[in-house]
Amino acid sequence: MSITIPIGPQHPALKEPISLRMTIDGEVIKDADIRLGYNHRGVEKLFEGKTYIQNIYVAERICGICSHSHTTCYVNGVEKLSGLEIPKRAAYIRVLIAELERIHSHLLWLGVAGHEAGFDSFFMYTWRDREIVMDILEEISGNRVHYAINTIGGVRRDIDETQKTKILNHLKVLRERTQYYKNLGTNEPSFVARLSGVGKLSREDAIALCAVGPTLRASGVDMDVRKDDPYNCYEEIPFEVCTSDTCDVLGRTVVRINEVLQSYDIIEYVLKNLPAGDVRVKAPRKVPEGETVSRYEAPRGENIHYIKSNGTDKPERLKVRAPTLGNYPATVAMLKNGFIADIPLIFAAIDPCICCAERMAEIQDVKTGSTEIKTFDELKKYSKKFDKHTEHKKDVEWPL
Amino acid sequence: MAIVKTFFYLLIYPGVLFLFVYALFCEWFDRKAYARLQNRRGPLHTGKAGILQPLADYIKLFSKEEIIPEKADKIMFTLLPVFGLAIVLTSAMYLPIWNYSTTKIGFNSFPGDIIVLIYLLSLPTIILFLAGWHSTNFFSEIGGVRVVTMFFGYEIPLLLSVLSPAILAGSWRLSVIAQFFQSNPGLLIVNIIGFFIALIALQAKLERTPFDIPHAETEIVGGTFAEYTGRNLAFFRLMTDIELIVGSGLIATVFLGGFPGGVVSSFIWFIIKTLFVIFLLSVMKSAFSRLRIDQMVKLSWYILAPLGIFQILITLLVKGVIR
Repeated sequence: MSITIPIGPQHPALKEPISLRMTIDGEVIKDADIRLGYNHRGVEKLFEGKTYIQNIYVAERICGICSHSHTTCYVNGVEKLSGLEIPKRAAYIRVLIAELERIHSHLLWLGVAGHEAGFDSFFMYTWRDREIVMDILEEISGNRVHYAINTIGGVRRDIDETQKTKILNHLKVLRERTQYYKNLGTNEPSFVARLSGVGKLSREDAIALCAVGPTLRASGVDMDVRKDDPYNCYEEIPFEVCTSDTCDVLGRTVVRINEVLQSYDIIEYVLKNLPAGDVRVKAPRKVPEGETVSRYEAPRGENIHYIKSNGTDKPERLKVRAPTLGNYPATVAMLKNGFIADIPLIFAAIDPCICCAERMAEIQDVKTGSTEIKTFDELKKYSKKFDKHTEHKKDVEWPL
Repeated sequence: MAIVKTFFYLLIYPGVLFLFVYALFCEWFDRKAYARLQNRRGPLHTGKAGILQPLADYIKLFSKEEIIPEKADKIMFTLLPVFGLAIVLTSAMYLPIWNYSTTKIGFNSFPGDIIVLIYLLSLPTIILFLAGWHSTNFFSEIGGVRVVTMFFGYEIPLLLSVLSPAILAGSWRLSVIAQFFQSNPGLLIVNIIGFFIALIALQAKLERTPFDIPHAETEIVGGTFAEYTGRNLAFFRLMTDIELIVGSGLIATVFLGGFPGGVVSSFIWFIIKTLFVIFLLSVMKSAFSRLRIDQMVKLSWYILAPLGIFQILITLLVKGVIR
């Protein structure tokens, strides 16, 4: 007997609303269906009404965890269009923040993975140490979440010698702890038993389904924008692309921990070789006509911004492809023939950031299945009409 | 006088009142130990070091609205938590803490009471299955099925491991087994494998991590308890808490030499030994991640059950030697 169970839009395993419909037979998943559109915010439309400088603010708020990724991707694109060359010191500071963000994102993911697998101790420990990275970020930018370090033509804040030594001291602690988590996450028998062999995605499938980021690299594909299409002086910085060929959730965990360890090396290199000079150049308000694609390796995978300008101070079109969107087709393939118990793990293993990937919402009639397009005003009218059918109590007193 | 004593036994010590208060304390102890092992603080604000937090939780749950699903069987849905609580309260009667005799046969101490206790401890599992089934919710039904699947895994190892001290003591009576080990404390070491099997099986019986499969929050949204709210949920939680005491009391009786002495000293021994067992269970809770249902059944049939039989073999050999 096969039944369909709904995972979401509200479910404890999901941090944001998304609907996963699972057709299950006993404890085995036979089919999976992903439905998006619960968190559409209209970010792309918002970009079109604001100037390039104001848009940095909007881009920062696409995602809470990879806020720096989206601004850097956007700002790099605008600079490419304007033909601006940013100072080397600014590029190095962008790399520094980007790697710190990667550490904080991956430590957060490790905790979430522990929680989904029912290993709450791991969750508590990694999140405790994530606070150290947050402190470093606060030390540099003044903020824990939205660092607001980027501006068109460079960065907004410089770092000095005392900050450098502080960061290096914090890094020592973090490196030690991360080694411990690597040992724990890859050796603890019950944890490994839950992760290994779960959510298999073969190398061929990963390439065919356009997976990105650690999901792709855990399937043995050596692909990283930082190496393949370097930006912000990544070509000068020595680091390795971490891969794993186990093709399962354990591989994704190992890739992420190794990436964190690589990030420590990058940060140390950046801090020791920080070039002197200005941190920004003056940028013109208007951007010459043209279009460009900007690529960036966010913690979750490849982030793409497409910018089209028409010669004014506002972009004509800005398209954001968040990394999570690239991983959805692969997720469906991973979920099939898995166990119910593994749904949260497999889904969490792509490190989903659902509302970053929401680009459209569809109005669908539940009974007939027909779809229609409505403007915002029409939608308002519809909601008022819909509201008439529901009973309203008049002059209701608040009971307390 | 005997009637007063019996009523005191049933209602105050070690009956309902003592079990309720001690269950609250054990829940606090478990939460605090678990929190400290995870580098957290645990409950802090209600009472000294948060000791009143479990009580506050129960008061909150009892004052909450009770929602019964439309399609659920209303009578079964509300009666099951009460039945479950009654069953574990009854099972606590058979622990040899007070008012029992090793020679005379009474209502709470007789040959074979160890089997009665294990039987009563396995009934809450059936209650949980029925509760999940009668909730008419996908997640509850899956949870209910998982409860029963797990039951087939841990029950045999638990029985095998509890059997071996009984064989060594040559009695099916809890108080006699405890007294045997009090006079021969060296023989406790024989049952060391059985002790750990029983600990693991008890952890599974209580559905705590790594065996919290039937109500795994991130997988099946609370499973069996998904539809339960308010008073009914409070009864279920109280049931689990008291089951924790009875289960650790059983292990302390058969593997740790019971609770020697009079009223006061047996009370102190009871507290010390059950808290020790609960602490070991908390360590286990924090050290592992949740297993999958197939891994759990495999663990119990491939490792725990053979080890249990091996333990009985050792016991039989030792019994032959000391004769």
